[in-house]
This record gives sequence, structure tokens and C-alpha cells, in this order.
Amino acid sequence: MPQLEFADFAPQLVWLAITFGLLWILMARVALPRVSDVLLSREQRITNDLDAAERLNNEAQEALKAYETALAEARAKANALAVETRAKVQTEAEAAQAEAEARLAERAAEAEAQIQAARNEAMGNVREIASAAATGVVTQLLGDVPDDAALNAVLDAELANAGVN
Amino acid sequence: MAQNPLDQFKINRIVEIQAGGIDASFTNSAAWMVVALVVISAFMIMGMRQKSLVPGRWQSMVEMSYELVANMIKDTAGSEAQRYFPFIFSLFTFILACNLLGMIPYSFTVTSHIAVTFAMSAFVFIGVTIIGFARHGLGYTKLFAPEGASPILLVILIPIEIISYFIRPISLSVRLFANMMAGHTMLKVFAGFVISLGMAGIVPLAFMVALTGLEVIVAILQAYIFSILACIYLNDAIHLH
Repeated sequence: MPQLEFADFAPQLVWLAITFGLLWILMARVALPRVSDVLLSREQRITNDLDAAERLNNEAQEALKAYETALAEARAKANALAVETRAKVQTEAEAAQAEAEARLAERAAEAEAQIQAARNEAMGNVREIASAAATGVVTQLLGDVPDDAALNAVLDAELANAGVN
Repeated sequence: MAQNPLDQFKINRIVEIQAGGIDASFTNSAAWMVVALVVISAFMIMGMRQKSLVPGRWQSMVEMSYELVANMIKDTAGSEAQRYFPFIFSLFTFILACNLLGMIPYSFTVTSHIAVTFAMSAFVFIGVTIIGFARHGLGYTKLFAPEGASPILLVILIPIEIISYFIRPISLSVRLFANMMAGHTMLKVFAGFVISLGMAGIVPLAFMVALTGLEVIVAILQAYIFSILACIYLNDAIHLH
């Protein structure tokens, strides 16, 4: 068995020490630090990117919140304006209505007064006509001019009876 | 030409070197150790040339091998063992490269020699023992006395634990060496059948193809087992069970 040739042990062990020692030094000093550098920088990059993404997301959320606040404010403002306008318009309409009513009432009163005056005038004429007619009739029938006081009393009573004043 | 299936393990001196009375000849074994060193260094250093943030295929493989060993250490020996990461990584890649290079026809399998595997396992064993005593002082001997065992049981357990501790370098080295040697010998024996059986040699040839696949798996697995056991021993030295 070649494995048990003791004379071959020394060269194998010497070269194992040389090659393995070199490999150990090369890996520890050169190869592995390079790999760990790359892995570390990649990890850092990923962490940074994730952080940036989270920050941007937060910013977007804040912008959305601000937009919603602004929208709600605008809506409230519009609502208030509408209420105010409605109230103003209503007040104005009420004032105009009241004015129109007042004018109408004034005109109605005026017209009423006119009617009353015309009626009074007419009533006054009735008494005169009735007095003249009564005097005429009495004079024709009796041949005598009636007593003014008696005539007035009868006229008053009749006129009152007729409901004319 | 029927060859001895063990001839493939012969050490041939390429350059005779004598250094201070020690035979340091450059042998076929040494040549393949150098090849392994060059292959691993090229793989690791050339693969990371671009250091790109988004790795290509080669760089991905380098990073995967890095993370495989890093996770192996973290899972078995904890984060304190990370300072031994370069050693464990070198151990894993060196054994893996030697095992896989040995699968190339006409090549030489460095790890099929007990001298090499025992040297590595003895280095791990001595290193772990030094780390254990350096961290815990004489308290490291508590490793031999499992906690909570009754005194009568300890009489039996302590010798068993001591024996199992000192057998570690032997089991570690023999496992790797025997696996490599047995696989290669078997391949050689079947290869001999292919020629001697003539047309019927197609049967052992088919068997060899399957066996070669199995041997590649064994090559990877044994490198992994060797380094994960080194991690487990390291865990004992750091955490005392």
C-alpha cells in the first residue's frame, strides 16, 4: 500500500504545510475580505434603499393627508358660503316682500279712503235729495212748507233705518 | 495490461529536494496540492474581480461558497467562532478541491493519503485543544464529565469521553482517507473489468459511469463532513457543550 511508505510522508507533509499555509494566508488576507466587503456593501445598499423607500412612502402619506385636509377645508368653506348666501338672499327677499306689502297696504288704504269719501259725498247728496223730495211732496199734498226740524228728524230716522250713514 | 489498482496512489518524486536533512521533494502529490491552491485562489480572487453589487454567475458562486461556510460555522459553533472562518474556509475548499481534482482521470488524489488527512485532522485537534484550554483553563476538562450524571455513571463515562476525545483526529482523518481510497480503488478495479470482459465490458462501464457520479457526491460530502466536524470540535472548545 503506497499510503504506508513512511519515506513518502515527509515530502507530502512539507508541501501540505506550504500549500495550505499559502492558501490560508491568501484566503484570510485577500480573497475573503473582498467577498465580505461586497456582501456588506450590498447589505448596506439594500438597507439604505429600503429606508429611502419608507421615507418616500411616509412623504406620500403626508401629502395625501394634507390634500385631504385642504379638500375638507375647502368643502367647509364652500358650505359656509352657501349658507351665508342663502341667508342673505332670504333676508333680501323678505325685505322686498315686506316693502311690496306695505306699498299695497298703503294703496289699499288710499283707495278705501277715496271710496269712503265718495260714499259720504253720495250720502250727503241722498239727504239733500230726500229733503227736497220730501219738502216737495209735503208741499204738494198739504200745500204747506214742512217744519224743518220735523223733516230732519224723520230723515235722520229713515236714513238710520236704511243703514246709511 | 492489468494494472495494480493501488498503483494510482504511488508517490513519484518529480524534483528531488533536500532541505536541512528533511526530504522536501516535489512529488506528484505536491503538484496537485499546488493545482488545488491555484484553482481555489483563481476561483475566489478572479470571481470577485468586478466586485459588482449585482453579482454575475461566477461572483454568485464565490459568494455562495463564502456563505455556505459562514453559515456552517454560525450554525454549529456560534458567532464567536467567526474568527476561525478563514481557516475553516481554507480547510473546506482545500479538501473539496483535492477530492474533486482527484476525479480527473490520470490525476492524483492528495486526500487519499493518510499522512495528509491525519496532518490536517491533527492540526485541527491540537488547535481546538489549545483554544479550549486558553478559554477555560483547567475547566476545559469538564468536557469529559457530562453535567448531571451520577458519580457511579461518571466512573464509566469519563474514560469513554476521554477516549472519544483522543480518537477524534484518527476518526476524522481515516474517514476522509478511507472514503477517497476506497472509491478510487473500486473505480480502478471496475475499469480493469471493462478491458478484460471484451464486449461484455459495457456492463462494468455503465456501472463506472454511475459510480463516478457517486464519487463526485462523496468528494463533496467528505469535504463538508471534515469541515463541519472541525466546527463542532471548535464549538466544544468555545462553549463546553
